[in-house]
Amino acid sequence: MTVTSPGFTSPGTLSPSTSSPGTSPGTLSPDLSPPMVSDTSSPSQATPEDLTDIFGAEPTFKKPWRIAEIFLLLLALGIGIGGFAMVGYVMNGELPDTFWLESASMVGIALFMHLVIRFVAPWADQIILPAVVLVNALGIVMILRLDLAPAGAAGANAIRQTQWAAVSVVVAAAVLIILREHRTLRRFTYTSGIVGLILLLSPMIPGLGMEINGARIWIQIAGMSIQPGEFAKIFLAIFFAGYFFNNRDNLTLAGPKLGPIQFPRFRDLGPILIVWVAAIAVLVMQSDMGMSLMLFGLFVAMLYLATQRFSWVLIGFCLVGAGGYFAVQAFPHVSQRFDGWLHAMDPAVIDRAGGSFQLVSGLFGLANGGLLGTGLGHGHPYLVPLSFSDFIYSSLGEELGLTGLLAVLVVFFLIVERGLRTAIDVRDGFGKVLAGGLAFLIAWQLFIIVGGVTRLLPLTGLTVPFMAQGGTSLLSNWIVIAILIRISNEARRPSIDPGLGEVAPVNGDESQGYVVVGQSDTPAIVSGSPSNDATEMMDALPRELPPDEDATEMIAPVSGGTQ
Amino acid sequence: MNKSLRRIATIVTVLFIAIMASTTWIQFHEANSLNNNGRNVRRLYREYGNHRGPIMAQGTTLAESVEVDSPFGFQRRYMGGDADQAQIFAPVTGFFSIANGTTMIENTENAFLNGQANAMWMERMQDLFMGRETQGASVELTLNPAVQKAAWDALGGQRGAVVAVEPATGKILAMVSKPSFNPNDLAVLSTGQASSNFTDLVGADNDPLINRTIGALYPPGSSFKLIPAAAALETGYLRNADQSIPAPHRFTLPGTTHDLRNFGDHACSSTDEMSLHDAMVISCNTAFASLGVELGGEALRKQAQRFGFDDPFEVPMRSASSSFPDADGFSPDRVALASIGQGDVTATPLQMAMVSAAIANDGILMQPYLVDTVRDSTLDVIQQTSPKRLRQAVGSNTVSQLAAMMEDSVSGASGTATAARIPGVRVAGKTGTAQAAAGDAPHAWFTAFAPVDNPQIAVAVIVEHGGDMGSDATGGRVAAPVVASVIRAVLQ
Repeated sequence: MTVTSPGFTSPGTLSPSTSSPGTSPGTLSPDLSPPMVSDTSSPSQATPEDLTDIFGAEPTFKKPWRIAEIFLLLLALGIGIGGFAMVGYVMNGELPDTFWLESASMVGIALFMHLVIRFVAPWADQIILPAVVLVNALGIVMILRLDLAPAGAAGANAIRQTQWAAVSVVVAAAVLIILREHRTLRRFTYTSGIVGLILLLSPMIPGLGMEINGARIWIQIAGMSIQPGEFAKIFLAIFFAGYFFNNRDNLTLAGPKLGPIQFPRFRDLGPILIVWVAAIAVLVMQSDMGMSLMLFGLFVAMLYLATQRFSWVLIGFCLVGAGGYFAVQAFPHVSQRFDGWLHAMDPAVIDRAGGSFQLVSGLFGLANGGLLGTGLGHGHPYLVPLSFSDFIYSSLGEELGLTGLLAVLVVFFLIVERGLRTAIDVRDGFGKVLAGGLAFLIAWQLFIIVGGVTRLLPLTGLTVPFMAQGGTSLLSNWIVIAILIRISNEARRPSIDPGLGEVAPVNGDESQGYVVVGQSDTPAIVSGSPSNDATEMMDALPRELPPDEDATEMIAPVSGGTQ
Repeated sequence: MNKSLRRIATIVTVLFIAIMASTTWIQFHEANSLNNNGRNVRRLYREYGNHRGPIMAQGTTLAESVEVDSPFGFQRRYMGGDADQAQIFAPVTGFFSIANGTTMIENTENAFLNGQANAMWMERMQDLFMGRETQGASVELTLNPAVQKAAWDALGGQRGAVVAVEPATGKILAMVSKPSFNPNDLAVLSTGQASSNFTDLVGADNDPLINRTIGALYPPGSSFKLIPAAAALETGYLRNADQSIPAPHRFTLPGTTHDLRNFGDHACSSTDEMSLHDAMVISCNTAFASLGVELGGEALRKQAQRFGFDDPFEVPMRSASSSFPDADGFSPDRVALASIGQGDVTATPLQMAMVSAAIANDGILMQPYLVDTVRDSTLDVIQQTSPKRLRQAVGSNTVSQLAAMMEDSVSGASGTATAARIPGVRVAGKTGTAQAAAGDAPHAWFTAFAPVDNPQIAVAVIVEHGGDMGSDATGGRVAAPVVASVIRAVLQ
């Protein structure tokens, strides 16, 4: 038995395992699986002290100080608070009346969330929170600017948005505290699916649902109007992650093969058709093209994540295409949207009720901003209807310019990228699908609304995450972030379960010596006892690896937590 | 699963690149055409919503931009919004209107007023770095508000124009045109309202939007006699003004049977000849008609051009071009009519003021100008106009004789312009009573300068169609008193 240094790995030497526990479908049904919350430091595993003995140096298992997060939060807060002050000085020559309230709220939000993460998810990614605080604060800056506009953007309310931000952060913290282990969510796969569908369709319930701006996507509860679809997307993401992951073998392997493409069995198509019908129903009965497009994109992306089968993407696109074509043909409000997109600059289309006036106003705003923008308070973003919510992107573009918008998009890209990184790093398959799906959700939602505002796609009524005014959207996106942070904590926590390439006692017994996992002749069992979570183990096993890729991916988690 | 995650990461990257590209497309590539789109109200805001500099005249604010509660942010206000005062200066300031563009100083000095002039790039850079809003420069005019108001009041309810210049520099001291308009009505921040106000003014009687001092051409009548007199002396046809010239009772236009008569068909002289000086003082038509025919059209045109005819002045607004008829088919009968300022000759009031101004300035014609100084928002001078000599219109010998003739027209017992006398001030001037269209009352002209020994003002007045006196009007009775008021205002 040779002992090499723990950092040493050679992907080329990893041999695909021949052993294949857990490949038989059906044994992994979530109802039968053992308790999810596993204690990761079972007594039979190597402890840090043992490793110290071997290497003569203590591995860095200390919880990180999260200095990077503190520094980045200060930066984000500086930009946001500077924005509040600048807006006030430009518009009225003085600090806005609400300056101290807004600033203190943002500082409080950042500090509170930082402390919560420090205590309950200390290993979590340090970039996600500052990036989200930054875009949230920038959104409030823009809303405050529109709020102060003398010529009026009726409806802009910075204080209310700040209050919602505070509520959202408290709820996000609660999610983090209650949800100590993201795999718990897997237990609620079908519950989540049902809740998601009910939420999605709830605006159609007479007496509960209400119509605003021509879209029936709101419900009224206790005097507050809520967009249940925003929450539905989270529940559906959990459902998709659980369902697809549990049934991925059926979805992947069963079914006829047509040329190079493996098609699924018809009965596996069932749930997909249900979602398709739900998406079409949302589109048709609620006039909410954005939400149906978002759900379908999420669905296809997560299905692809779980199965790696391109045929699913193809089927998804075909269904979207067919549904979209049908909707354009059959429903005037949908075809009108298409017309307003294709012929936006046509004066007749601009003037028509439900025409492209809003879109074109937004384009004029963006053009007015140009490369550098007019500067906060110097443009006319309030000329665009819903400049503070659906069209906050064009408002930002007018006053911060292309430079500002690209910077904002880069911040969003960072959030999404950290989410996807989390998905790659996390070891359990359910976590991978869920984190990947949620990260994709943010990117996809941003793509649909920004694409709509910049005339890349037909305009739909989605909001720019974290920036657009609206409590429901803000709250739901903060919950998404809370889940991502939770999974990220799991992904980056240094595992005492050795991963590939790590040193572990042979068969969990130190007296038998140590082995570098993945290089021994018997790599299947890497520690004394398999993890309680069969699926987690399964993912950690080399059998999952195709011969030529992903070796480094699988090793990354062990060092991730010390960054 | 990491394989599909990486693919998803690639897709996400593509999505981000797509929206970055589409944003760049709109904000960079398409920005220009979107900004210039006719439906884009921001275009108006950008052009008309800036903090435009004021237009000043000796400490009086003629026009300024005041902050208002509107998307434009600023509204143009003339004379503090006072309609009666604003119309006095409207022919000079012009207007600044979202629906109708800009005119006059608002137009010619637009780049300074809105801060976009090339000379102001330093200020713009500073504003950019300081995060300040660019503020336009202030334009200070040469106008003397007291003189302007005196001229406006002196015209009373009559239509016409007054323009006064400082002979030695060409500074325009007064520029009045009646009827006028209230530019505040056109500066309203409603496109519809501004358009309808403008349409009303365009359709109004007597063209209130025209600045008559530079924008209207009139027959100059007898005030033009200064040019044949100057030509006769300059060409050496006459050695001096005391030399006699023919002054028949009636002058038959050469080649026609038409008789040219004097005012009231009076004989100028019992001997049918008189000195140039006397002919000028009593404004004898027949004498100048025959003198003009003797001199020939070419000599007259050359002299007229040296005074500025056939060439627009830029003050900086471009004036209409006063004209002396072209040589082609210029038969002697037409030369005769032109010599007394009728027929084909046309002149702006500014041109006639410049004739007096050149005589007052020892024969040197100066460039008339309105914009004295342009200052940025910190009052640093960006541009200062220095007086510019255009050309020597007449020699100094001619000047003294023309001045003597003009002075006698006012002070002489038989002078035509006795109404322009001012006690203690030597005034020199020449009247004109110009035939307008047949059946209409004549235009009353007077062009003058004062004091003769130290000229400080040259002025021209036209009262259209005789003003209050109608057909009984002459330049001496209607226009000369207005000139006297203006001169008094300057010398006070």
